[in-house]
Amino acid sequence: MAAAEEDEPILSGPEEEEEAGDEEAAKRHRQLVDTLSTLSGGKRLRATERTEASRQISEFDVGGGADEKVVLSELLKPASASPALRRLRKQLNKAQQKKAVKLPLSKEENERVVREAAYTQTAQDLAKWDPVVRQNRRAEQLVFPLQQESVTVAPVEEVISSWQARTPLEQEIFSLLHKTQQPIKDPLLTPYEKASLQAMSLEEAQLRRMELQRARALQSYYEAKARRKGKIKSKKYHKVLRKGKSRKVLQEFEMLQKSNPEAALEQLEKIEKARIEERMSLKHQNKGRWAKSTVLMAKYNLEARQAMQEQLARNKELTEKVLLESDNEDGGNNSDAEGGLIPDVVNDGHIGMNPDNPWMLGKTCANPKEDIPAQANDSEESDGEEVPLQSLMESEQGQQGSSELQGPGEEETIPMLPDVLPPAPPSPAPEEPFLKETLDRLHTLEDVEALEPEIASQEDRTSSSKEAVLLEPAEAKSSLQAKGAPDLSQATSKAGKKKPAKRKALIDLKAVLAEAPQAVKCPLVPSVVQDEFDADTDQRRVIQEAFANDNVMADFMKEKRRAEEASKPKAVDLVLPGWGEWGGTGLRPSSKKKKWFFIKPAPQTQRKDKHLPHVILSEQRNILAAGYQVNQLPFPFENSQQFERSIQAPVGPTWNTQRAFQRLTAPRVVTQPGHIIRPITAEDANLPSQKDKTDGARKKPDLRLATSPRKGRPHYSAKKKKR
Amino acid sequence: MKVKVLSRNPDDYVRETKQDLQRVPRNYDPALHPFEVAREYTRALNATKLERVFAKPFVASLDGHRDGINCIAKHPESLSTILSGACDGEVRIWNLMNRVCIRTLQAHEGFVRGMCTRFCGSSFFTVGDDKTVKQWKMEGPAYGEAEEPINTILGKTVYTGIDHHWKDPVFATCGHQVDIWDEQRTSPLCSLTWGVDSISSVKFNPIEMYLLGSCASDRNIVLYDMRQSTALKKVILDMRTNTLCWNPMEAFLFTAANEDYNLYTFDMRFLDKPLMIHMDHVSAVLDVDYSPTGKEFVSASFDKSIRIFPVDKGRSREVYHTKRMQHVITVKWTSDNKYILCGSDEMNIRLWKANASEKLGVIVPREKAAMNYNQKLKEKFQHHPQIRRISRHRHLPKNIYSQAKEQRIMREARRRKELNRQKHSKPGSVPLVSERKKHIVAVVE
Repeated sequence: MAAAEEDEPILSGPEEEEEAGDEEAAKRHRQLVDTLSTLSGGKRLRATERTEASRQISEFDVGGGADEKVVLSELLKPASASPALRRLRKQLNKAQQKKAVKLPLSKEENERVVREAAYTQTAQDLAKWDPVVRQNRRAEQLVFPLQQESVTVAPVEEVISSWQARTPLEQEIFSLLHKTQQPIKDPLLTPYEKASLQAMSLEEAQLRRMELQRARALQSYYEAKARRKGKIKSKKYHKVLRKGKSRKVLQEFEMLQKSNPEAALEQLEKIEKARIEERMSLKHQNKGRWAKSTVLMAKYNLEARQAMQEQLARNKELTEKVLLESDNEDGGNNSDAEGGLIPDVVNDGHIGMNPDNPWMLGKTCANPKEDIPAQANDSEESDGEEVPLQSLMESEQGQQGSSELQGPGEEETIPMLPDVLPPAPPSPAPEEPFLKETLDRLHTLEDVEALEPEIASQEDRTSSSKEAVLLEPAEAKSSLQAKGAPDLSQATSKAGKKKPAKRKALIDLKAVLAEAPQAVKCPLVPSVVQDEFDADTDQRRVIQEAFANDNVMADFMKEKRRAEEASKPKAVDLVLPGWGEWGGTGLRPSSKKKKWFFIKPAPQTQRKDKHLPHVILSEQRNILAAGYQVNQLPFPFENSQQFERSIQAPVGPTWNTQRAFQRLTAPRVVTQPGHIIRPITAEDANLPSQKDKTDGARKKPDLRLATSPRKGRPHYSAKKKKR
Repeated sequence: MKVKVLSRNPDDYVRETKQDLQRVPRNYDPALHPFEVAREYTRALNATKLERVFAKPFVASLDGHRDGINCIAKHPESLSTILSGACDGEVRIWNLMNRVCIRTLQAHEGFVRGMCTRFCGSSFFTVGDDKTVKQWKMEGPAYGEAEEPINTILGKTVYTGIDHHWKDPVFATCGHQVDIWDEQRTSPLCSLTWGVDSISSVKFNPIEMYLLGSCASDRNIVLYDMRQSTALKKVILDMRTNTLCWNPMEAFLFTAANEDYNLYTFDMRFLDKPLMIHMDHVSAVLDVDYSPTGKEFVSASFDKSIRIFPVDKGRSREVYHTKRMQHVITVKWTSDNKYILCGSDEMNIRLWKANASEKLGVIVPREKAAMNYNQKLKEKFQHHPQIRRISRHRHLPKNIYSQAKEQRIMREARRRKELNRQKHSKPGSVPLVSERKKHIVAVVE
């Protein structure tokens, strides 16, 4: 119907003039009807008549009469008339074509939709925590509480203002403070001070200020200068400075002596006191860093030596106990004091020894006889080492004596020695350790040989011991020095030629399989010039020599055979005579039974090490080792290598530096005792603040409420209903 | 002639003060320190043994209640204060430092069903069997003043639980429905219902504070959004969930303590499958509380024990029990991550160390370093059989031990049956359902 009506205005468009005529007719008709109805006498409501042009369709009273229907076409007449409203017309057209609105959803359905929407939105909101959570889970270390509370400093005034004096003591103090009107806030000036400041005249104040400024400037200059001076590293400068100072003091003292003896006495006392202090302290005692370094330098440097001596002298001077003047010997006192400066020991020392040696200055030599040869020996060596060396020398002398005593006994143990060894080198010093060490080594080697029961005849033992004896000094010598005589090398080569022949006889040829025995070069005595690298190879050779008698290969073969035997599956004989048979002596179990109860071994699988002559592969599970083995790959690891690597990397302080150790052992979660750990917040996680989010979230429900207005506060609505 | 002199920097070997330790120069050349793995293994073994030797978790017992303890609440601002409500309606406030009760008040007639503190710590709320919600001051009444609540709200039904918003003056109660209240009003801001059931517990999410979780007696867990005053989603499990607790560090995680002896950790965005099932209890789990670091949680069970679970592990790392401790009804992890409180049937609150072998008191830096090192070693070698055996060994009461064994057998039998059924039926007709999905009955939107 609406569509039909819609059509009308379009159709009636061109017939406007005709319609005006129609209206006129309709009006007449209505008047006629009205008059008729009045005649009939019934009370009828009549539309108010107006004589205006737009009487029929007014904006207030759409329908002319009660019986007349509003026709859309009539309403839309002006719209169709003006081209400006064409859009509106189109929209109306479209609206006409649309279907009717569906029925509203049931309450449950509606709620479900709302829930779903809310859930998806909440899930989206929560997604913002994903990166935070991931980061926290992966974090090497988490320190709780997350929000570190910052300590705020409250200003003093604030604290004071809230504080009240309660106890009598506090009140008393407060009253005192208030009496003097002590200020609490800045500026910290009492009224009196303020008044006095104000009382000062302007010029005076300016003058005073200038003075203060100058003083401050001067102070800063001096400070800067002092700092600069303090930074000077030159020792010479400081020395000169110190000397200058002391000279000055002396001069002043002398001046004073002349002019004012009393003051001079005081000064003297001061100097004396300084001396005593010095004595108490440990300065000039040759213990400082400088002194130690100078001791080393003194050997080469005359100046250093002198400086050393000077210091010692000073120490002597300072540490000298001054006899009190009250002592009776007045005349001798002077001489003593003079002598005190240079101890008589020094004078003694000057006779026989190097006068420059500072170490001999302070010493009283109890037995000069011993001292003198030591002196002679050590004159080349450094002064600093002298004291320990001296004791060493003494011990060495003792050793010499002992070695002399032991001499014949030792020769018994090494009868071959003179044959092999060339004439001893001229310097006697290395010979002593050589002899001594061999004894020890011999002993150990015998021990080693005692461990091998099978071989080692008496001859072999002696020969090997000889070798060891010979080898040992060789080592010692090579490490000590290479000063030996040139003919030494010849001797070694000789010995080297001799050796292999003997060795070949000793080693079991069969045992060494196909491998040709290597001729072992035996450096019996060190060659003249030996590199540092030789020491290593030397060592290896020595070991080779020492264990040459072991039939390692044979042992290994034997062991392997044994292992093979052990791994072979064995037959089990479970035959018990007398079971199910007649018993008695001389009876044997039947062959059938034997067959029945004899369990044959399973055929052996091929050993894995069958083709590996130098390896024994055990296929047994080691129960002892199982306790230490992880039998499953733990979770976060992807392969066994990864896991093994993680186990092999040590974390302890024995293998790692302090810093690395701390880093490696840092705990995953750190909590501070006594601190409340609060739940994480958006601020902690540096997320956009909660407020914006919640505001945004609040807007959305408003929109939603428009669709379901009752959803909002069901409780309230219920109440309203009740009322 | 130039002479080379051996010189050392005294800073390397001179102590600054007498009290300093002697400096020991170390050479880290690995050749000098062989057998590192073996040595560290031995150290780890010793550390593990010592850990077991020193594992003495029980700290104190607070006695004074005259009935079983039904709920415990932590003070939000003070570590040394806790509140406990008993089955006779009595609420006690305790000082943990002195281990004494500092205040006692008769809050309700009948059970104190739930209790929570206000976020500022100035007052606390209790709900009880007498259908009231009461707000109390944290400080006791002054001399001569009567012990009276600040506010009392009389409801129509029994409230079974209460929780306070973490920031706003809003709290939520549960009973027949979840009510959200403004502190200033005597009628709820809104009531959230979804089906007819009695809801046993409601908890606010501590991070996204508009979220609520509740568990109802018709075996479901329901999530609500306070902003939109609507429920979000509901997951139905095999059996009833007693309580749930939100993770305080990961907004979307919560753990539910279930009657079927298990705990379920859910991501609230994926409710169709729990992230982890924590099984070790041998009876219904009654309460659960997260550690403030969000890495672990503690659960209280009807089997007279409490257990500590890592969030990402299915098995517990620790079990605490004593002869005298009966059914544990409520448990809390203190806010400094150091202690655990549990309230049980036999009227005692027990204080446990969260880390059984932890040393209490002042720890000097060296000691701390050594402890860290030991911890690291234990971690490193944790998979080795001997160490694992020692570190996992716990003594259990006989009934728990035997029940655990029984359940293991039952579980195994069930599994076997399932496998057999699958084996002997048409391929594909008996699907293999994962353990995690097995316990979820449905997810309702």
